[in-house]
Amino acid sequence: MRVSVLVRPKAGILDPQGEAVEGSLRKLGFSVSEARVGRVIDLEVESGSADEARTQVDQMCHKLLANPLIESYEIELHD
Amino acid sequence: MTSGATHTPRVAVVTFPGSQDDRDAVLALGALGAQAVPVWHADEELPDVGAVVIPGGFSYGDYLRAGAIARFSPAMEGVARFAADGGLVLGICNGFQILCEAGLLPGTLRPNVSLSFVCRDVALRVERTDTPFTSRCSPGQSLVIPVKHGEGCWYGDDDLVSDLEENSQILLRYDGDNPNGSVADVAGVINREGNVMGLMPHPEHAVDSLLGSPDGALLLASMLDAVRERAAALV
Repeated sequence: MRVSVLVRPKAGILDPQGEAVEGSLRKLGFSVSEARVGRVIDLEVESGSADEARTQVDQMCHKLLANPLIESYEIELHD
Repeated sequence: MTSGATHTPRVAVVTFPGSQDDRDAVLALGALGAQAVPVWHADEELPDVGAVVIPGGFSYGDYLRAGAIARFSPAMEGVARFAADGGLVLGICNGFQILCEAGLLPGTLRPNVSLSFVCRDVALRVERTDTPFTSRCSPGQSLVIPVKHGEGCWYGDDDLVSDLEENSQILLRYDGDNPNGSVADVAGVINREGNVMGLMPHPEHAVDSLLGSPDGALLLASMLDAVRERAAALV
């Protein structure tokens, strides 16, 4: 099963990358605010069911993919 | 049996793929009278040593987050056991990042607020001298030691910072010039038990006036004193 993990800086955590991106977009004339930069991790997971895949990926996030002190994550399962 | 005074401290220096400052750590420890014992990241068992240094660099390319991959290396499992038994562990720069990722030290290191790599001497204030890593310093002493990092912005939330303040776990703070935007000017912290320390500045690059400052030697020599004292206590 294909799975995507979206890792984001937690709300309230200073995100200098997001600020730099926001500043650049404004310079280009776009009206934006509160840009935040995270990361996407695409995985192919072997599992019998969607629930099992979600549980596995949740463990991956806890152990390695996200740092709970500063990051939140979201798991997306694809067909 | 050797007495504490003549004991030559043996200190493991762990090398990961991407470590850079392991050789400087070996040289600095040797210059201070210790025997450095190189340890490869794939080694599951630590040799018989009195302390461990996790050096700077970019272990595993800093992929994902600095230190995130290295913390699962076989050598780090040995280091975690060593630390749990009360062994002295010093993490420098990337070593600090690895120890935070491993949960052996509080907080985490984030990209510098400036988003720029910083490489310069900084002044540090010693907050505590009753630890195995700062015993040769005087309280409030200002040390000049270089930093060189892109991800040295220590972060802890308000609860963690007040917890650390309460337990005097912030050992070193940037003094006037915070090069990375770290919370509470944190440059180095120690664990609650007092046997694991991490810092972003590089004491191994500052062990002789010829290198710009000898102040880093105070931290390393403090650790070696502690190793000797522990050896003497066992005699």
